[in-house]
Amino acid sequence: MENQRIGGNRLSNIGSYEERKKNFNWDIAKDILDWKDGELLNIGAICSDRICGQGKGNKTALIWEGFGEKSAKYTFDDLRVYSNSFAEFLKNQGIEPGDRVCIFMDKIPSLYFSFLGILKLGAIVQPLFSAFGDESLEVRLSSAGTKAILTTLKHVKKVRKIQNNLPALEKIIVVEGNPDKLKEGEIFFDVENSPKIDALDVFQSGPETPSVLHYTSGTTGQPKGALHVHNSVWGQALTTSWVLDLQDEDVYWCTADPGWVTGTSYGIIGPWALGATQCVLDSGFTTSRWYKFIQDNNISVWYSAPTAIRALMKDGNELVSEFDLSSLRHLASVGEPLNAEAVLWGAEVFDGLKFHDTFWQTETGAMMITNYPGMEIRPGSMGKPFPGIKAAVLDLATHEPIQEPGKVGLIAFSPGWPSMFRQYWKKPDIYRSKFVGAPDDAMPDELRTNPDLWYVSGDRASIDKDGYYWFVGRDDDVINTGGHLVGPFEIESALVEHEAIAEAAAVGKPDAVNMEVVKAFVTLKPGYEPSDDLELNIMNFIRKRLSPLAMPQEIEYLDKLPKTRSGKIVRRYLKAIEWGEEVGDISTLSDE
Amino acid sequence: MDKMKEVVLEYIVDEYLDEDEDDEVSFDSPLISSGIVDSFSMVSLKRFLENKYSIKLPDEEATPEAFDTVNSICMLVNRYLG
Repeated sequence: MENQRIGGNRLSNIGSYEERKKNFNWDIAKDILDWKDGELLNIGAICSDRICGQGKGNKTALIWEGFGEKSAKYTFDDLRVYSNSFAEFLKNQGIEPGDRVCIFMDKIPSLYFSFLGILKLGAIVQPLFSAFGDESLEVRLSSAGTKAILTTLKHVKKVRKIQNNLPALEKIIVVEGNPDKLKEGEIFFDVENSPKIDALDVFQSGPETPSVLHYTSGTTGQPKGALHVHNSVWGQALTTSWVLDLQDEDVYWCTADPGWVTGTSYGIIGPWALGATQCVLDSGFTTSRWYKFIQDNNISVWYSAPTAIRALMKDGNELVSEFDLSSLRHLASVGEPLNAEAVLWGAEVFDGLKFHDTFWQTETGAMMITNYPGMEIRPGSMGKPFPGIKAAVLDLATHEPIQEPGKVGLIAFSPGWPSMFRQYWKKPDIYRSKFVGAPDDAMPDELRTNPDLWYVSGDRASIDKDGYYWFVGRDDDVINTGGHLVGPFEIESALVEHEAIAEAAAVGKPDAVNMEVVKAFVTLKPGYEPSDDLELNIMNFIRKRLSPLAMPQEIEYLDKLPKTRSGKIVRRYLKAIEWGEEVGDISTLSDE
Repeated sequence: MDKMKEVVLEYIVDEYLDEDEDDEVSFDSPLISSGIVDSFSMVSLKRFLENKYSIKLPDEEATPEAFDTVNSICMLVNRYLG
């Protein structure tokens, strides 16, 4: 990694944003990695074997802390060997290139080793958030036709509940816990106490070999699998270098869970492709625990989320002063828009450091619109498009790029960046629907390489006269809670499975910490009466079936839900009331 | 107070732990910092306490620290029982 200094002052990796924009091409990422033509393009090997090959095998790759004073450190050589061991083990279990292998566990070290190992084998990693309930898990495993799942004794119980509904799932592998508690057919594999595999024939992947399959929620239908390829590493490595500004001596902490895209793009691939030391804290959130983690590990670069930052703010400035956080030098944020107050608060308590907001999505694979080291931060703004990214806001009606400053439109990107998702798993029609102007019969490969189209993100923003983007909100009904997208359809489908509920609608309602939380409107079946106990019962029902994120934090009982004359529930109406907005045209609502 | 602790503990074991969970949970066991109850699920735990004891716990008091053990939860509830 570059480490430029002039006199006593360190320069950021990006240097001048304007200069980088003028002279940009994606091959700069290869220069930063000192990449030679003909090298193997496999993310698993790039993040471990390749760093060792550069003479950094003894450098610390992972500083891990769990609950209850548990901790461990691993070098890049450990990453290399343990990921080899996972790859070899899975190969012996019959896993082949292209198979989907799910990782379903907390942020334990084996998650990170197995992620790289699956890629080295040429299989596709399907990371899923460990707090998912059995129904959320089943929908995603069924969609992907997942062949094997790696999990822990703590989480395997959810797999057991659904395994009979998943004919493609051949292997249930438990990587942590008491092996005596496994059920028949389950396999135990403790990588750190298994024979170490020093040499492995890594799968000869190429730029378009599938790598990671992340599920993401939409307004309608069940979640969709956004498929990425090994070529994504260029976008992830370059944005990590220029936006997160990682340098060789940095200690980096990405607080995201690898069940979500931030936790893989910037909690595994980007930083380790650059050979950076990163930290993982696998324990519940408390403010003092987070500050202590930064202090004890001398963390210098911290990539977190607005929800967490607002939770820290809530606990006040005094607590910050009880810890020595002077190691911090650069802060960034992702998940939902970072409000101006949070940016200003960061500067106040972290010695002038401001959180740099970054905007991107599961589908984009890497940062798209961000704030950069050295560039003026306008608190509350998303920043400017990454060099090499052609972005626009499109008119809501005509879908033409808006030239007028301050006018709100759809955030859109011209296709072709390296980390762009290649398809929604087996859903070409939905993929096509994300592109403005796409021919009816266009296939994913034609769409993602056509610079004349616009990929529409689903978010709205405006651009000011100086080119800064300002987030406005979602263009659909998807709920952004704590930085995670939750699909209303998935919640509604689960709600009507509750014995008391006849019909349901789920919308986002404003929340000071999480931006939005789920609110459900329900009608009850005959024989059931609204009550506080029923509300709690419904909340817990959804928490266990789907996830804590999807759990409604408020339930309103209605006699009937607003519907169109054709019987479709009008979430827009309920959401507008919740947000205190104009409800718009209600002439199509049914009177019944 | 002891009765309340037992009620709260029973609720947590029933709602947040699997039937054959290995870990024994006591009045002093960390709940939030250990990950047994995550920050989103705290909302349903708070709602349970409010329903059960007919109180209203202010959001600013419902912090991860205050909800981290059965003991600290019951201290908070007692302050609002009047």
